[in-house]
Amino acid sequence: MGLFDWFRKNKKKKEESKKYKEGLAKTRKQGSLSRLTRLFNEKDRIDDDLFDQLEEIFVMADMGVETTVKFIDSLRDDERLDDLEDMKLLQEIIVDKMFDLYLKGEIVNSNLNVNKEGLSVYLFVGVNGSGKTTSIAKVANKLKKEGKKVCMAAGDTFRAGAIKQLKIWGDRVGCPVITKEEGSDPSAVIFDGIKFAKENGYDVLLCDTAGRLQTKVNLMKELEKIKRVISREVPNAPHDTLLVIDATTGQNGLNQAKSFIEATDISGIILTKLDGTAKGGIVLAIRDVYNVPIKFIGLGEKMDDLEYFDLEKYIYGLFAELIEEE
Amino acid sequence: MAFESLSERISMALRKITGRANLTEKDIDTMMREIRLSLLEADVNYKVVRDFTKEVKEKALGEKIMKSLSPGDMVVKIVRDELKKLMGDEAAPLNYNLSGPTVFMLVGLQGGGKTTHVGKLANYIRKQGDKKRPLFIAADIYRPAAIDQLKTIGKSLNIPVFEMGTKEKVVKIVGEGIKYAKANKHDLVIIDTAGRLHIDDEMMDELVEVEKAVKPDEVLLTIDAMMGQDAINVIETFNARLNITGCILTKLDGDARGGAALSVRYLTNIPIKFIGVGEKLDDLEVFHPDRMADRILGMGDIVSLVEKTTQAVEEEEAEKMAQKMQKGKYDYNDFLKQMKWIKRMGSLKGILKLIPGIGQQLKNIEFDEKQLAYIEAIIFSMTEYERCNPEIIARSSSRRTRISKGSGRPYPEVNALVRRFDTMKKQVEQLSRMDEDQIKNMQKGGMPQMPQPKKRKGKGKGKGGFRF
Repeated sequence: MGLFDWFRKNKKKKEESKKYKEGLAKTRKQGSLSRLTRLFNEKDRIDDDLFDQLEEIFVMADMGVETTVKFIDSLRDDERLDDLEDMKLLQEIIVDKMFDLYLKGEIVNSNLNVNKEGLSVYLFVGVNGSGKTTSIAKVANKLKKEGKKVCMAAGDTFRAGAIKQLKIWGDRVGCPVITKEEGSDPSAVIFDGIKFAKENGYDVLLCDTAGRLQTKVNLMKELEKIKRVISREVPNAPHDTLLVIDATTGQNGLNQAKSFIEATDISGIILTKLDGTAKGGIVLAIRDVYNVPIKFIGLGEKMDDLEYFDLEKYIYGLFAELIEEE
Repeated sequence: MAFESLSERISMALRKITGRANLTEKDIDTMMREIRLSLLEADVNYKVVRDFTKEVKEKALGEKIMKSLSPGDMVVKIVRDELKKLMGDEAAPLNYNLSGPTVFMLVGLQGGGKTTHVGKLANYIRKQGDKKRPLFIAADIYRPAAIDQLKTIGKSLNIPVFEMGTKEKVVKIVGEGIKYAKANKHDLVIIDTAGRLHIDDEMMDELVEVEKAVKPDEVLLTIDAMMGQDAINVIETFNARLNITGCILTKLDGDARGGAALSVRYLTNIPIKFIGVGEKLDDLEVFHPDRMADRILGMGDIVSLVEKTTQAVEEEEAEKMAQKMQKGKYDYNDFLKQMKWIKRMGSLKGILKLIPGIGQQLKNIEFDEKQLAYIEAIIFSMTEYERCNPEIIARSSSRRTRISKGSGRPYPEVNALVRRFDTMKKQVEQLSRMDEDQIKNMQKGGMPQMPQPKKRKGKGKGKGGFRF
């Protein structure tokens, strides 16, 4: 399989992948996917037991029942498995199929959409405690390092302390944060943010919102309003609406994706807290079911612990040991 | 409630089986498959699912089934019993320290809801009627503005917060905090700690140090109801380092099925003590494992409802109203009072969902709590005489026009309220005319003719409820 050779040859890629590897090391060592490596060492032939074990591994990685069943079925049907003797080849086929599952024959772009004519507005949404505010600060830091003039709007006017939290991050990153007092209309804060950004020639405005469970209809409507205000002030904005999802999230991640897509037309996902033991398999399920790509992953609590999502690196991170052994 | 989708699915699988005379092994296998998939989709741990379905199948195939009234009902009962077993037997109470200040410590991952639940817990304990003087200790020195968040919560509950900024070591802050509590006669101390990853050894050491220093009466772990298969790793690691005395399952007001909850008891034996059901400081409930099992099976949660209602409604007032109703009198003042009770009880939807059979119908209906405020505005625009004599409003359109203008609500809305009130009044009168036997009959039937605006009642008996 060309992929593995490609990884081996491409030294530079390996360097870049280091961060992923460090972040995902725990996932590999303690998480379920390490069992994948073990399984291939133990097994010497393809049988139902192997498929059952694979199924268990993927379900335990939160890939979801539907996506897992689909994946295993397509693996069973794969012609390459006929007369396959070398188990190492099976590993490669699985990696290969994971690529297929995610890419679906498309070129998936994980970069943010940039407004070349002026201000780019990015809206961050998600359930409570998924890490929106921290992720915004990280994105601000990243874009600033890329040479952009960045400001933020503290649209979470509901949770106690949220505005101050973003302000502290703003100081650390060195970005202005536009605020109003607690309890005010989030759309108004974001309106002010846009005005400020336009008047002062900023490239990017990042909009925080309060965490909301996707079942709260009124709060989801509030998001629609925020989005309307943004697109009224800046044509074609928000240029990206990013759903922040915690990697420990189980199957509810699918419900989250569905409801937020309906309310705000999500264009990408930020997968946070991947530095724990959670496998973030829900990423694959969401991409599989709703076609939403992952744009960033969060790998820690520090300002720099955010990476553009790179499928190759992600899978490389999950399968690193397996690849290096060869 | 949260388990609705799970209960829907299991009831679908079980519906095929209830009422059948015979049960083949194939039937059982079909059902087990549904239950297995459903539980997995609900994020119940893979191993728990495997064991659970195996146990149910063995029991279902065993001899016990022959003795039962009908085999299908028997399987339902087995599933229910096993689910109950899976979740532990009793609601576990909180441990208090009788000889000094009681100390609770909340721990967990980032974003699990610790800080909010520090507030909810204190609020809950105070509402129980325990005369406690709580103190919060702000020990989250890492997340920006975490201390501010706790202070805001403390302020709204009128509970002081002990803090030493973010520069001191956590053990020192907590130690000083306890000293402060003793000096100022605070008999309940709740410590808010920073969220941390269970595999972050350094951060976990910090918690171990605190636990050693203050010997808390409860170390409560918050678990997000949305957590997937990784939940068990988190719980086991936290429990290995600390002596976790209980869990608080948070964010159960969403549509997460909370399968992690089922796994916790089964695999670790740690009781779930509370569930968080909203963002308000009132939104905390005691976790009742047996009731949750019923809820999973779609039988509603009558006991919870009764408890919730009695807590909010002053009994005297209730009795007065009951007498009035029996006399067939029911006016806008009573209506207003009832609405106040409902508001105090929390979200209307939350209440209605607890009634068996209603849960599924309500799934797609969103209550606009604002409506309550509008209705209130309309009633407030009536004169006292009008409120006591509803029929004069019904008779006079000029009165209704005046009320509409006074309340700022459109005329048709006033009309609608008058009509609805009239229907309700009739129902109340009907109720009061029934004798005791009739009422008993009705109660047996499950859903009485409750005055409720949302139609399409369940078919009385056992909508979604299974008879054993």
